Amino acid sequence: MSADTTSSDLKKTPLFDLHQELGGKMVPFAGYAMPVQYPMGIMGEHSHTRTRTGLFDVSHMGQVILTGDSYEAVARAFETLVPMDVLGLKEGRQRYGLFTNDAGGIEDDLMFANRGDHLFVVVNAACKDADIARMKAALEPAVTVTPVTDRALVALQGPGAEAALAALTPAARDMSFMDVATLDLDGVEIWVSRSGYTGEDGYEISIPEAHAETVVRKLLAQDGVAPIGLGARDSLRLEGGMCLYGHDIDATTGPIAASLGWAIQKVRRPNGDRAGGFPGAAAVFAEIEAGASQRRVGLKPEGRAPMREGVLLFKEAEGGEPIGRVTSGGFGPTVGGPVAMGYVSADLSQVGTTLFGELRGKRQPITVHALPFVAANFKR
Amino acid sequence: MKYTEEHEWLLAESDDLITVGITNHAAEQLGDVVFVELPEVGTEVSKDDEIVVIESVKAASDILAPLDGEIVEVNEALADNPGKVNEDPQGEAWFFKIKPSDLSPMDDYMDEAGYKDFIG
Repeated sequence: MSADTTSSDLKKTPLFDLHQELGGKMVPFAGYAMPVQYPMGIMGEHSHTRTRTGLFDVSHMGQVILTGDSYEAVARAFETLVPMDVLGLKEGRQRYGLFTNDAGGIEDDLMFANRGDHLFVVVNAACKDADIARMKAALEPAVTVTPVTDRALVALQGPGAEAALAALTPAARDMSFMDVATLDLDGVEIWVSRSGYTGEDGYEISIPEAHAETVVRKLLAQDGVAPIGLGARDSLRLEGGMCLYGHDIDATTGPIAASLGWAIQKVRRPNGDRAGGFPGAAAVFAEIEAGASQRRVGLKPEGRAPMREGVLLFKEAEGGEPIGRVTSGGFGPTVGGPVAMGYVSADLSQVGTTLFGELRGKRQPITVHALPFVAANFKR
Repeated sequence: MKYTEEHEWLLAESDDLITVGITNHAAEQLGDVVFVELPEVGTEVSKDDEIVVIESVKAASDILAPLDGEIVEVNEALADNPGKVNEDPQGEAWFFKIKPSDLSPMDDYMDEAGYKDFIG
């Protein structure tokens, strides 16, 4: 039923040996051999992260440092690639961002942080080569784009995350949601942000490759910390209402259709002090002014049957053309039933609107639901 | 007990009644089962019809009718408690009982030793 998937052409993260030791079931993901689950299983790992603490290897993601004459110089340059307020981001703070294309579509989503004298960017694994090429082409030589290839990245997520990390480096406790800091963990310099992809409180921690396994073993030794695979990462982020690039957002979806307009600060919007100046600004502004014809929404299928990516959505129980589609869907262990997100016609995007999803030839009710499905538990 | 290459087990209660479920191996491969859709009692099925849908946290899969015949009973408890499929796939979590109209495919299905070899 399953072939050996840890073939030699897959890249390994610095934690590969540890995953195997912990019984991780390795699968190919974005060119890397990654653990999809451990013996606890996806459902158990999901619940564990919501109630205790989960540790995720996300070393496959791209970490990039942008340097120049000053943070201000780098920020101004980076604003030509993203519709975010980079210049106004305070030192020690992180923000969610989007690379746009000339049509106003989304090339990738990312996190960027003001780390004093430089900008630190984290991008998706599947997009990182293209993102690095894009940044180099647009920003060099005034800005130097340096991929960080000698550091692991892990996420520590859940209500016990603070206690677990603070036991090893007490200053972690003083960080608020979206703060970033350089901390010392038993002599190892770690770059920490208080953020994540689960809807829970927690941290993302960049660790020098040579110390990655040691630091992760110390984290796993803390009370209630368990390793969590990509399977639960996906169900956690889906309940948390967060987009998966290549599924919920892509080069053809604009930020407004994607319901990510909140990520575009006022200063970059029409009539802002630094309005526009990013790829596809005219298209994005047109969507801001007129609204998008489709919107990304949360969707709750009635009954127990999951509606997964690709399920077509209809206004009526019979007949008519599709008015949308599911882009992510599955079972939400914390919700205790199926959850999904997808795009629907803007006029049918109001919370509470009942639509129909076509599943194995039969149309089943599915209702537009507020996102997130599970209330966020961030430390503001 | 007989086994199919689709990882079903078949237990002949009599020549007129075969109970069908999925194997421990299949349940393990599927992961946590979250949804089971069963056929209606009285449905006439042909061998290889897709008659049960199983959804796990990972994916959707089908169970095929292993024989021609009529569905005479289904395990309603699975609809409310799909997790049973992981707990006891070769016991309490049977899927349906079929009254076969042609028993001959039974001869082609594997015995336990054959199935063990098949899954390696």
